[in-house]
Amino acid sequence: MAERIIELRDISKSYGQVYALGGVNLSVDRGEVVGLIGDNGAGKSTLIKILSGVVKPTSGEILVRGKPVTGWSAARSRDAGIETVFQDRALAVQQTIVRNIFMGRELTGFMGFLKVNKEIEEASRLMREIGFTSKVFTPHSIVGQLSGGERQGVAIARAIYKQAELIILDEPTTALSLTETAKVFHFVRQVRASGRSILFIGHNIHHVFDIADRFVVLDRGKVALTADRTEVKSAEDLINFMEDVAHPGGLPGLHDAGDAERAVR
Amino acid sequence: MSKTMEPDLQSSLGGEAARPEWKHPSDHWLRGFVIDNRAALGTLAVFIVMMAVFLVANPTVFTTWYLYSSVLTTLPVALFVVVPLVFVVTCGEIDLSFPATMGFASWVFALVVQAGYDPFLGIAAAIVTGTLLGFLVGSLVVYGGLSSLIATLGMNFLLRGLIQIINEGKSTALTGLADSWAYKIFSSQVWGIPVQIFWALAFVVLSAMLYNRHRFGAQVRVVGDNPDSAQQMGIDVKRVRVKVFVFVGIGAAIAGTFSVMINFTWWPTAGDGYLLPVLASVFVGGTPTWGGIGTVAGGAIGAVTVAFIQTGVVAAGLSGFYVQFFNGLIIILSLLGHKWNQARYR
Repeated sequence: MAERIIELRDISKSYGQVYALGGVNLSVDRGEVVGLIGDNGAGKSTLIKILSGVVKPTSGEILVRGKPVTGWSAARSRDAGIETVFQDRALAVQQTIVRNIFMGRELTGFMGFLKVNKEIEEASRLMREIGFTSKVFTPHSIVGQLSGGERQGVAIARAIYKQAELIILDEPTTALSLTETAKVFHFVRQVRASGRSILFIGHNIHHVFDIADRFVVLDRGKVALTADRTEVKSAEDLINFMEDVAHPGGLPGLHDAGDAERAVR
Repeated sequence: MSKTMEPDLQSSLGGEAARPEWKHPSDHWLRGFVIDNRAALGTLAVFIVMMAVFLVANPTVFTTWYLYSSVLTTLPVALFVVVPLVFVVTCGEIDLSFPATMGFASWVFALVVQAGYDPFLGIAAAIVTGTLLGFLVGSLVVYGGLSSLIATLGMNFLLRGLIQIINEGKSTALTGLADSWAYKIFSSQVWGIPVQIFWALAFVVLSAMLYNRHRFGAQVRVVGDNPDSAQQMGIDVKRVRVKVFVFVGIGAAIAGTFSVMINFTWWPTAGDGYLLPVLASVFVGGTPTWGGIGTVAGGAIGAVTVAFIQTGVVAAGLSGFYVQFFNGLIIILSLLGHKWNQARYR
């Protein structure tokens, strides 16, 4: 069995009286793509923030490669090889691709001067690794000239630097067109092919279904379903399941889940 | 939906990904150079056109060396503040306190020299003063969470007021300066060329490297571009912001000292006249107001342009009343040119 990169055991998080997460178990193995699905307010973003160390859980245990960790923080998370691509991508759009990839960790030599050639070389390597190449731009191109999907590529290329083992992608396809979404999936597949693990968060079930090996459905702060890809026949299955979880017994006036789905559309 | 995405992916991306190398028009070095430096080159074009007009208007004056010699004596003073201001504006801030810092640091220089110490010691003391004042102004803006436009304007009045209160408007003559080594090195002439310009050029080149090829410059640009992202990627945004104000403090101290060495006299108003020409130089040079990008070389050429307007208008035979008009004309034309020349990405 593949090595377990990170495991969350019985994680709870409450903001005052409000429970965002109530006893969540989640794990990601090496080379695995886990799709995390859930409606707005299900606790997805809280879970991501806990994984990336930005938010500390109220209770529960975090294990990195089987060992429990104490003093979990953003720095510890990154040290453990976990990189998060946040929804807003955190790019400086007037700068070049190279400057964005090395933002905050510039490669420097003599007296803090940049190793420009080394940076370009490394940036090219990272971009190639995720299949982020084109004849219309170079590592010198300004990020502002790129499309939404390509900008996501810059963020992903930055994330895989430093031998990151787990990449958390927070809604990477939000507000992207179909072709742009396809580009992002292309990058994600390349990352998976390199043996890294991915936690893919989305609320578009079709997108998540396309990419993930395993699905975790979050509902109102709890894991409602964990299923391998083999157990789920189609995206419709997942949609039906989520409908059932959200409205036990079906929506009033509808007779089966298919109706519910049509109604949603 | 999922079915249709697959073939699309293969046709549009699989093909491109298979190509091993990037090819881009800017890969050609000359074209890449022009694209990377279009703001600075635009400023250079403005300068050349302006000088051509002057030369046609009055060929005799504009071919005499004296005119250039006088500009080359005073221009360096401006350059020492224009260049650090490019960093400040790139970082998304502004510093209007540099004239008072020039006055304050050069006052310290004058005091040290007047007390009989070596001018080199005076220069060192001035630079330390400038550093401290820059740190003070920067900390006030950054840690006090104040608007840099208003806070630095306030500091400019405050520091200048302090100088005036203590000196009661009296100037200090530094007669012994002319015989000193410091004067020979920093303020004399070599082959008829004012030596200040060489120091200023070295400063510009070093700063351009700092801006384009150093971690400091890279972080200044990123912070000015998107401070939230910079923070997320682990850059100490506040520290970077304070550093740019410190840089202005150091530049202003050097500028103030140079201006005193030209005149052998320190006035309580030292530096005051530089506020508007220096600001104009930064923006004429092609550094936009919104932060994230800028050009040190352009700023330097902007300073040269602004320095020649006054000299040029008078030398071209027009009365002094035209100076302000032409100042404004050049600023507006430059801004229009830069707007057309560079796009703002969001």
